[in-house]
Amino acid sequence: MLLVPCPNCGPRDAGDFRHSGESISRPDPSSATPAQWREYLFLRNNAADWRVETWYCRACRTWFSTERHTMTNRFRTPPVDVLEQRGES
Amino acid sequence: MKMNKRGKGRYSAWGLVRKGLRGQAWPRVWEQHELESSYDVVIIGGGGHGLACAYYLATVHGITNVAVLEKGYLGGGGSGRNTAIVRSNYLTPEGVRFYERSMELYRSMAGDLNMNVMFSQRGHLTLAHSDASMRTMHWRAEVNKLMGVDSSVIDAAEVRRLVPMLDIERDKPHPIEGALYHPPGGIMRHDAVVWGYARGAGAAGVHLHQQTEVTDIVVTGGEGPDGKGPGGKVTGVRTNRGDISAPIVVNCTAGWASLVSGLAGLRLPITTTPLQAAVTEPTKVFLPAVIVSGSLHCYISQTDRGELVFGAAVDPVHTYDLRGSLEFTEGLAGHILELMPGVSKMRLMRQWAGLCDMTADYSPVMGFTPIEGHLVDVGWGTYGFKATPSAGEAMAEAVATGRTPDLIAAFDLARFSEDRLVGEKGAASVGH
Repeated sequence: MLLVPCPNCGPRDAGDFRHSGESISRPDPSSATPAQWREYLFLRNNAADWRVETWYCRACRTWFSTERHTMTNRFRTPPVDVLEQRGES
Repeated sequence: MKMNKRGKGRYSAWGLVRKGLRGQAWPRVWEQHELESSYDVVIIGGGGHGLACAYYLATVHGITNVAVLEKGYLGGGGSGRNTAIVRSNYLTPEGVRFYERSMELYRSMAGDLNMNVMFSQRGHLTLAHSDASMRTMHWRAEVNKLMGVDSSVIDAAEVRRLVPMLDIERDKPHPIEGALYHPPGGIMRHDAVVWGYARGAGAAGVHLHQQTEVTDIVVTGGEGPDGKGPGGKVTGVRTNRGDISAPIVVNCTAGWASLVSGLAGLRLPITTTPLQAAVTEPTKVFLPAVIVSGSLHCYISQTDRGELVFGAAVDPVHTYDLRGSLEFTEGLAGHILELMPGVSKMRLMRQWAGLCDMTADYSPVMGFTPIEGHLVDVGWGTYGFKATPSAGEAMAEAVATGRTPDLIAAFDLARFSEDRLVGEKGAASVGH
């Protein structure tokens, strides 16, 4: 069982979440080239290491980011509400 | 392979009887070699794909100064973990053509490799549970027919006639509306495919190195700060057993593909996700065909020993961790029982997971890369085993001729930067 830390609900089973993969920054739409968009869409580091990733909690409807090791599935840093961090909430 | 067809190493029923009666030991199948300091071609990954590539390089193209480097043991990755289903009823013409070539090679494999690969073309049913699903099945059937593949849509009554164990009652969440029926599809012994290619490649002079982990790929002249990356040229690899210089390095490492090409400074359009499978205790043979349900995310076949082999969809989390989970077992069991309530008393013996290197369009990534001398045969997701022979054959041709064969031209890495994705909705684990 994979317990995912939600900033609101605490640790819950992975089935309660949507995993959206490694966190990547979106290129600036006003200046991004097609090559940068395609890189953003398709290319991934897919690291076997600690990585920052984005999750969505279906229970409290929060997008958050946290750090997980992809070989052991351990979580490390406290989860951060992504929208709050961006000042959009 | 000529040597096995004549030489004393040839396998036969008579040899089995003779060795059994005399209590003779079987000779070692392939020789172990010292790691040379240089090879013409280095193939990373000793699974079916890497070994098939080596086999066709040596036997078809006469390139025998080849090393296959395997971190663990031959066939210990996806080649030994898949559910051994073979079919060619895909949706895209590119996919159908490619997997049909694989079927051709599989049909003659037992003779070609002198290895009993236990290919059983027992028929393959992809169940549809909704009108939308039936529409996709018709679409696939028409593409298949056009490409000369035996494939048709049948109704629920016909499904029941072919597989009496299936429950076709309508009063449930996912009633069986019909199915895509693909008579040539079936299962085979996946380990035997690996061993057959390893034996054939070894006999043709290829060096197979197990317990040999590639720790670095040496690239010069690339655009990265360390000289790696696109625009560079491969000159060799470093391993835990010593350095090798080689002008061509092929990545056949499936789930680990991003990490291996990452050593050369190349990012791939791949995420790695486990797929779990399980097997029950053996019973008498009652399941005459391979059953797949895209909507219920499961596939079922019965081995010649009588065990039911179950596969599921890929896990919902990217990870390299191969541990199983109770959620998977419960979910899978629920889906299987919805299709076949009659197996409710059967016990699961084992479950395991394999890594799937998924791409955005459910098609593989094969051929040349922006790094000279670095080729990839990756992105095999949930369809790598059935592609083993044709992938090996096409990659060997690409290595030997320096040109991309027509058969795999659509699956190149450049498609992701040129908007030419090959959306393969006929792949397993894709909901319809």
